[in-house]
Amino acid sequence: MASTSAEPRGESPEDLSVDLSTAPKNDLPPDGMKIGFTGWLRWMWRQLTSMRTALLLLFLLAIASIPGSVLPQRPVDPAKVNQYLIDNPGLGKFFDSIGFFNVFSAPWYVAVYLLLCISLAGCIIPRTRLHFKAMRAQPPRAPSRLTRLPESASWQTDTTETSPQQILDSTADELRSRRWRVRTQEFEDTTGWVSAEKGYLRETGNLLFHISLLALLFAVAFGGMYGWRGQALVIEGESFTDTITQYDSFKSGQQVDVGNLPPFSFKLDDFRVSYQEGGEQQGAPRSFEAEVTYRSEPGATPAKQTVEVNEPLVVDGAKAFLVGHGYAPVIQVKDPQGKVVYDAPTVFLPVDGNFTSNGIIKMPDNDPQLAFQAIFTPTTALDANHGPHSTFPAANDPGVFLSAWKGNLGLDNGVPQSVYKLDTTNLKKLGLKGLRPGESWTLPEGLGTVTFTGVKEYGTFDVAHDPGKEFALIAAILAIAGLSLSLFIPRRRVWVRVTKPSASSGAATVEVAGLSRTDEAGLRPAVDELVESVKSVAPVEEQVSNESDPDASPAGN
Amino acid sequence: MSANESLAQLSNGMVYASMVVYAGSFIGFAASFAAGRGQQEDDGAVADSSASSTVRAVDVTSATMAESGSAGGTATLTKTRDEDVEALPPGRRAGNIAMSLMWLATAFLLAGEIARGASAGRVPWGNMYEFSLSAALATAVVFLAISTRRNLRWLGVFVVGAILLTLGAAVTILYTESAQLVPALKSVWLVIHVLAAIICGGAFTIGAAVTALYLVRDRAEVKADGGPVTGWLSSRVPPAKRLDTMAYRINAFVFPLWTFAVIAGAIWAENAWGRYWGWDPKETWAFITWVIYAGYLHARATAGWRGRKAAVICLVGYVAFLINYFGVNFYASGLHSYAGVS
Repeated sequence: MASTSAEPRGESPEDLSVDLSTAPKNDLPPDGMKIGFTGWLRWMWRQLTSMRTALLLLFLLAIASIPGSVLPQRPVDPAKVNQYLIDNPGLGKFFDSIGFFNVFSAPWYVAVYLLLCISLAGCIIPRTRLHFKAMRAQPPRAPSRLTRLPESASWQTDTTETSPQQILDSTADELRSRRWRVRTQEFEDTTGWVSAEKGYLRETGNLLFHISLLALLFAVAFGGMYGWRGQALVIEGESFTDTITQYDSFKSGQQVDVGNLPPFSFKLDDFRVSYQEGGEQQGAPRSFEAEVTYRSEPGATPAKQTVEVNEPLVVDGAKAFLVGHGYAPVIQVKDPQGKVVYDAPTVFLPVDGNFTSNGIIKMPDNDPQLAFQAIFTPTTALDANHGPHSTFPAANDPGVFLSAWKGNLGLDNGVPQSVYKLDTTNLKKLGLKGLRPGESWTLPEGLGTVTFTGVKEYGTFDVAHDPGKEFALIAAILAIAGLSLSLFIPRRRVWVRVTKPSASSGAATVEVAGLSRTDEAGLRPAVDELVESVKSVAPVEEQVSNESDPDASPAGN
Repeated sequence: MSANESLAQLSNGMVYASMVVYAGSFIGFAASFAAGRGQQEDDGAVADSSASSTVRAVDVTSATMAESGSAGGTATLTKTRDEDVEALPPGRRAGNIAMSLMWLATAFLLAGEIARGASAGRVPWGNMYEFSLSAALATAVVFLAISTRRNLRWLGVFVVGAILLTLGAAVTILYTESAQLVPALKSVWLVIHVLAAIICGGAFTIGAAVTALYLVRDRAEVKADGGPVTGWLSSRVPPAKRLDTMAYRINAFVFPLWTFAVIAGAIWAENAWGRYWGWDPKETWAFITWVIYAGYLHARATAGWRGRKAAVICLVGYVAFLINYFGVNFYASGLHSYAGVS
């Protein structure tokens, strides 16, 4: 098989390149020789920290991430997971048992990246030590036969005008001026050389990148342990205080003291949404603005802010992000005597892009217990087939469509119920009615009246605190810097050797050669440049007279 | 504020014009490709000619040795002048025409991109139609940028084909009217994060095209075992070693940029959604793409994994990128669904 990827290292002398290969040495013992327990441990460690293993682990990581992106994940959307389990019971149960609904916290996923970290650390530490030594070391001696290197050139020159030492000195100066690290051997007797190396920053960048990755992982873990996140729904006109009880859902790391959250509070004064009016994207949201008045702690002066999607509310120790919104129609219920028994904005959950929303009102303290299932449509359209639905998300023509129920709500049996679901098994339907703002409905059986008084909006907020994120950002930036250095800086060695056949000869052979740490295409132009520069001091002279033939024709014919 | 209709129409017109000119360029490249058997030794740098005068003792890059021994055409024909037109190798004229047409088509596409942005008053990458337009433009720009330093006529037919496919899909399936953005996209990070990702997409595409050609050529060179390369496709592309090096340089250039795109996305996510990483399908596939390309770079530094194996990894990485770009927007729902396609 023709070797299409040239390996220039086959026959180079030992001192030409520092052997930084991390391939595990083929150090399995010959048959019959036992290496003992520690020997096997050492062998396993070598395998773990080899590049091959790193490659395999990287691919495992990529493949292991795939189920996490195609299946719904519990930490992101538990409702979708439940829906999946309902739709695909057998397959869903299997996936659940192997952790496919929580891939990124599953033990096997964690195992892959932990192994990768260990492999990484085990490779980086010795390489860092090696690099420290290399950073202080001198370039190696010039090999005796430079023409055996992958990029080389040689020519004859005349040293009667410019002495070999002058050639070497000017080359060394030129290289030093171009920031090479240079080592020279004075021209003695018949030969002298210059050796130079450059590009140490490549390995520095490489190490920096990999260490930054470890630091990034640490920052992520730190943030996970000491960070928290909660969701809160706030209706216009109402307030929110940062205590655990006011959150609709809340997640925190192990080390978080949930009783000690930052004591800020805010009131949602006004919520404004604007939508695209016409054209193809009619109904697409164009702006969300939540006007809030907040206090960073009890007793502090209130301040106002407009919270938008890309502009969170920032207080000490937490950020509140505007994530979503919806409608909360204000419903008023009066008992048969005319006393108001319920009068509040009720959160309705949107079911489509035009904010057709569903809501439930339960009145367990009434006698008899009453409940209403309702559909709210901000811009009402009635359809014989689909019933009431909304045709535009803004509240241009709001309407509420109620079905009333009476009976036993089932709240006394000890089992908690969702406020967004109504269990109608023990309920009797009273009737249906659609209401516009201001309209009332007198309930059958003389049970009272229901009035649709107005519409409020609500915003949903994510409040989060992640103490590791600044550190993660710094680690990420350093990683990119290190990565760029490691990919764009070439690590090279060059040598220039001047040899005379005998001490008194005027002719000399100049050899220039270069070697690259990596298989790179820029080596040839770099060597060519050096050759041109050396030739300017030691030009090509094809037939220089040797000392044995003083009558030979002069050079250049 | 709705979009400026006439500018949007102008943008569409420019895009259609660019497609017509790209089609012409495609034909030119195809003709040049078909005629160009064994003409690839001069793939080296456009300003190559003077450098080869250096006397070399040994040059052990084996593929070059195989090539210079075989098809004999080591001509470093670089810039052509009028009197050299008759001396052009076959297919070169068609290739030159194709190249000029490609510059023209890209100018049209750029005009269309700018007009689209002007019509909506924002950067023109806010939905799948605009992403695809920008990705096609990025691919063309990367190709043209490299072509100023290297002869890429052999690659032209594949790249222009990919651009035409992308533009075709964009104007038919993915088209949406010029409009404002959803609020989540109204951030300076749209410019930074998405622009970086789009440029990476263009570069990944070119890298993948070169890698695919490398695999074909490498197999042919192995079969030819040092002699002249046969095979309709293989004899019309540069030697495998050159292709491998070119693919590596492109992928190595784009990998830090992709890392930056992912990190910029994380910074934006932190600002908009309160967490910098949530394993959203798009985030996950961006991560998968990153890991696979990291594997590609590692493979190139590992004995036994260079050459073909690394090339296959690169292609797998490109597939992951396509899933990240197209697949997620269409099939997965998450915080990233800004396709604009219903």
